[in-house]
Amino acid sequence: MPRRIEVGVRPGFDDAAGGKLVRRIRDHLGIDVADARVIDVYTVDAAVGDDDLRALAASALADPVIQEFAVGDPLPGQWDRAIEVALRPGVTDNVGRTATEALALQIGRAPSQGEAVYHSRQYRFLGIRPADLPAGVADHAAVIAGLLHNPLIETCRIAGHGHEHEPGNAGPAFPPVVPRVALQHRPEVRAHDLDRSDADLARMSQDNVWALSVAEMRAVRDHFARPDVREARRREGLGPEPTDVEMECIAQTWSEHCKHKIFDARIRYRGPDGSECVVDSPFKTFIRGTTEQVRRAKGEADPCISVFDDNAGVVRFLPDWHLVFKVETHNSPSALDPYGGALTGIVGVNRDPFGTGMGARLFCNTDVFCFAPPDFRGDLPPRLLHPLRVLDGVREGVEHGGNKSGIPTVNGSVVFHERFLGKPLVYCGTGGIMPVEAAGREAHRKYHRPGDSIVMVGGRIGKDGIHGATFSSEELHEGSPATAVQIGDPITQKRMTDFLLIARDRGLYSAITDNGAGGLSSSVGEMARRTGGAEIDLADAPLKYPGLDPWEILLSEAQERMTVAAPPSDLSAFLDLAGRMGVPATPLGRFTDDGFFRVRYAGKTVGLLDMEFLHEGVPRMDLEAVWGAGAPAGGTGTGTGAGAGMDLGDALERVLARYNVCSKHYFVRQYDHEVQGGSVVKPLVGARGTGPSDAAVVRPVLASWRGVAVGHGVAPKYADLDARSMAGSAVDEGIRNVVAVGADPGTIVGLDNFCWPDPIPSARNPDGGHKLAQLVRACEALREVCLAFGVPLISGKDSMKNDYHHGDVRISVPPTLLFTAIGQLDDARKAVTMDFKRSGDAVYVAGRTTAEMGGSEYFGLLGIAGGVPPDVRPEEGARIARALHRAIREAIVTACHDCSDGGLAIALAECAFAGDAGVEADLRPLAADGADRDDVLLFSESNHRFVASIRQGSEAAFERIMAGLPCRLVGKVTSDRRVRIVGLEGAAVVDRDTRELEAAWRRPLDLAGEDAR
Amino acid sequence: MKPSASRARVFVLAGNGTNCEMETAQACRLAGADAVDIVPIWDWAGGRVSLEPYGLVVFPGGFMDGDDLGSAMACAHRLRRTVPRPGGPTMLAELVEFVRRGGLVLGICNGFQLLVKLGLLPAGADHPRPTATLAPNERGRFEDRWVEMVADPGSPCVFTRGISRIEMPVRHGEGRLVFSDDATRAATISAGLVPLRYAADGVPTMRYPFNPNGSDDAGAALTDPTGRVFGVMPHPEAFVVRTQHPRWTREEIPEEGAGLHVFRNAIEHLRSG
Repeated sequence: MPRRIEVGVRPGFDDAAGGKLVRRIRDHLGIDVADARVIDVYTVDAAVGDDDLRALAASALADPVIQEFAVGDPLPGQWDRAIEVALRPGVTDNVGRTATEALALQIGRAPSQGEAVYHSRQYRFLGIRPADLPAGVADHAAVIAGLLHNPLIETCRIAGHGHEHEPGNAGPAFPPVVPRVALQHRPEVRAHDLDRSDADLARMSQDNVWALSVAEMRAVRDHFARPDVREARRREGLGPEPTDVEMECIAQTWSEHCKHKIFDARIRYRGPDGSECVVDSPFKTFIRGTTEQVRRAKGEADPCISVFDDNAGVVRFLPDWHLVFKVETHNSPSALDPYGGALTGIVGVNRDPFGTGMGARLFCNTDVFCFAPPDFRGDLPPRLLHPLRVLDGVREGVEHGGNKSGIPTVNGSVVFHERFLGKPLVYCGTGGIMPVEAAGREAHRKYHRPGDSIVMVGGRIGKDGIHGATFSSEELHEGSPATAVQIGDPITQKRMTDFLLIARDRGLYSAITDNGAGGLSSSVGEMARRTGGAEIDLADAPLKYPGLDPWEILLSEAQERMTVAAPPSDLSAFLDLAGRMGVPATPLGRFTDDGFFRVRYAGKTVGLLDMEFLHEGVPRMDLEAVWGAGAPAGGTGTGTGAGAGMDLGDALERVLARYNVCSKHYFVRQYDHEVQGGSVVKPLVGARGTGPSDAAVVRPVLASWRGVAVGHGVAPKYADLDARSMAGSAVDEGIRNVVAVGADPGTIVGLDNFCWPDPIPSARNPDGGHKLAQLVRACEALREVCLAFGVPLISGKDSMKNDYHHGDVRISVPPTLLFTAIGQLDDARKAVTMDFKRSGDAVYVAGRTTAEMGGSEYFGLLGIAGGVPPDVRPEEGARIARALHRAIREAIVTACHDCSDGGLAIALAECAFAGDAGVEADLRPLAADGADRDDVLLFSESNHRFVASIRQGSEAAFERIMAGLPCRLVGKVTSDRRVRIVGLEGAAVVDRDTRELEAAWRRPLDLAGEDAR
Repeated sequence: MKPSASRARVFVLAGNGTNCEMETAQACRLAGADAVDIVPIWDWAGGRVSLEPYGLVVFPGGFMDGDDLGSAMACAHRLRRTVPRPGGPTMLAELVEFVRRGGLVLGICNGFQLLVKLGLLPAGADHPRPTATLAPNERGRFEDRWVEMVADPGSPCVFTRGISRIEMPVRHGEGRLVFSDDATRAATISAGLVPLRYAADGVPTMRYPFNPNGSDDAGAALTDPTGRVFGVMPHPEAFVVRTQHPRWTREEIPEEGAGLHVFRNAIEHLRSG
């Protein structure tokens, strides 16, 4: 008989969680609640007496100073509504897992099969103040319950006011419910007959969530029809038709997510000027081609060690250490469950550098989120969550994933656009540090050979995340599977990574990779390419619960797992160490060299996949990219003339308060950005810790002063006007950000992450050809800027179906390239921050300001949709960056800040209030091209620009270094805390108090009321 | 019996969710420790390593067991219930014995939460019992920010000797010091067992964000009556070099970070004792 233990704060002590809940209900729903109480409920399903349960609660569950508990009965206390939220069966229950371990310690034995503790949370309310209820909703509790649970992963029970229990002092008596997975299913293997019409093949693909095109289905059919294939299968006891194990494995290996078919396609491209060409694989042409060209040009100075052929890119850092970087996206899961999706996103990308070469220790995380504005008031289309809820959930998921893993979140941004309502973009990145040699071998390679054991390390397998890879290659629709949602478990992963780093340094394994999208099918399938085959027995895999079909075990994306190759001579030592450190490790089979990926279940072959076909058999796509095809006309006109008459000081204050510009301290403060001790430049800097840093500087090796600068650029707001501007600006801003903190431009490497709306035309997607043309144009800009700056691309990813469909409603995200820039400082003590330091320092603006107002925050403020967006002139930009770096090395630059979102006025104001200083500037000396108005000079978002303050007395030295470049003295730092800017007429056009500007800038996303006194 | 072997030998616990063991060990080395061992908790729990040869035991920051049952709750339970060697004492009893023998114990952030949940702070190893706790922050959220603290010059705390004012970062969601009752609160304060207090311009404060979590008496740390057990929410290991300070690019900051003082005090105590 399951028993409930309820734990809550003792009367008389402050319930911080309850207070936070009251605020959350008010902020999200506009409902006032007089008092809320949060109660943790542990449902114990085990043969344990109440004495042990009381002892467990007293020792492990309830803090004796401020909490009380009740076993069996509800905790007493006044309430008039109560809501209890529990996880659905099979959803990762981290608290329940820890409580189960605590129970085992209490009773002195391991739980027997099926015994477990489950966690749920109860919310009790007093005094819900009447407010307008939506039509058809009878009770506030139902509205609040909608906020407090996500039906995809959680169940919810309501008590009081006509629901099951009546209020009073006794506490709501919810009966115990055990969310144990009970599958009455005998594992089976089914065959699929592919000898069917194209229409049937298409339907099969859709019904099974394979996401294979008809051409791909035909290729699979034709392969299995080959006599030699049939003969090989017959010898293994398999019929002619592919099994579900085989179909699922092929579908996942060939998914857009894993195979990047669009980036590998042959594309006939017609650009905006009507010119036509064929792009033979955008990846090879623009990404790998760029890197190869840059590496050749760099010669000896080439920093790349391993690019594009492992889970993450590897570059040179110190004689004994390499850097490893990867950025991923987790958009679709974050749309369905923002918290779980984002948490899984961050702990998932952690495993990429960790699974590169022989493995890397992780030293920083980055995160870039794209949301719809949090004050959205329109009608939400079905299945979409309100942007504020998405924002909160994603932020918290990354907080838990990063903080609990002990990896500092050092850099990021939050970008807003209405069309991210359809899908948020959640980019998560991780940097690692890898010894050049581990156990006597180069650590950036893998060494597994035929005969090495395949060992799965980490958590157990459930139905979690099945079809995640194919699902993320699909648009969101009403039938999207809830099993695509997972919840990461940072502690299980931390235990595993602690163990594996020790095993690496002892040389106990020969290769490692992560289990991410596609699970074992992907990790083993990929690793088997090196040896030429593999065989595993899925019945050996540890399961969370019985009843999984073999294909589900193969594809499950249950988190916190790595796949390791252990040579026969090291296997027992590897397993011993795992056992001692409490980490599950299970041999599943071995690598072979016979050309097959052989999958068995309890000894019987259930899948026999030709390695060559599996990895090379996917037909290449031929696509048409036509600029303007089916698309609404882009913005035109310069927009000049508009906005005249607005007070420019008011405009400055209002641009500072725009979501894309305003302070993101609400996010930064809740992320541990200093753990591991390497922090040099933090996300918030300056006199009072309010200034927005351009990039982070971190020392991953504490014994060395060498620093890593981590920055990024992202500019979806220009995408509708010109994808070239969107992409070029992102790359340029990313590079400028790391240069601004002191990175040597010659050391910079980049990571490209494309998130695109569906670029394949169809009846539902008439402008697909234009979106594909935007992709080509964005790639051209990426290449152009990288070549000019000499920046190789070391890793990247694309996510191609960021669309929402429901009936006639279609919401496609703006095409978005995130460019992550990684630079190095030979001495981190030379780093520069963006806050003005001393009054009297000279203020310079480097770079040309032109009338590029399209997509600018100022035009956004004025409601102007068209205009010319910022272009890139990267040759000049690169010369500016290199010269500025020479000045930084001379230690004459006291502050440096890039000029981007919001323009020059915003950069000057930020430098001033960050330094608790003022600034006097004059627009007349600016290097300006065709920009002849004060508002254009103040708010144009032209690329390649920096604001720099120069140590008093070093002006001449700085001007010598910058000679021949568009760099002008515009003013000086003052001590009077005013931003005073003189316009073209010679009169002050802005004269504002910096503390007031700072307050306006901090207010819009000060969601926790940090500044409320 | 005093700890034997090398006097300045340091045990830094690691694993199961600790996060700060590397930089904490580095701080101990910079402070002059003779030897610093990062010990996986499984080796202690499994009886392969004992506290016996060490002079200083450090419980570093992190999220042991994910803090899933409340900060350090599951870990405290583990130390109470785990017997490393058959027939021997529990991990907690071993720790209590270590303190009684004269050993030093430092708990930082999650490690502080652990010492409090075990009842070692502020009550001490002679009569361990929970008389205070570290509750969820008043604002109900995790925060990373630098804080200023002032020291109680009358505290018996070994670790804060010679410190008057010090800055370090807080990085926690559950750091609000709460006493079980007013009498305990008064007794703890008057005995000098609150060695560091959150301050603004040198004066202890309840004002957010200077007092980041709403701690009683602005308390940022606790010590036991011997002064040899010390728990602190802010991270001294996060300020051992100048470049870790948030304003090092704009202010004159000594090369050596002030947090190192805490570790030096411990090592000097071991050498002189």
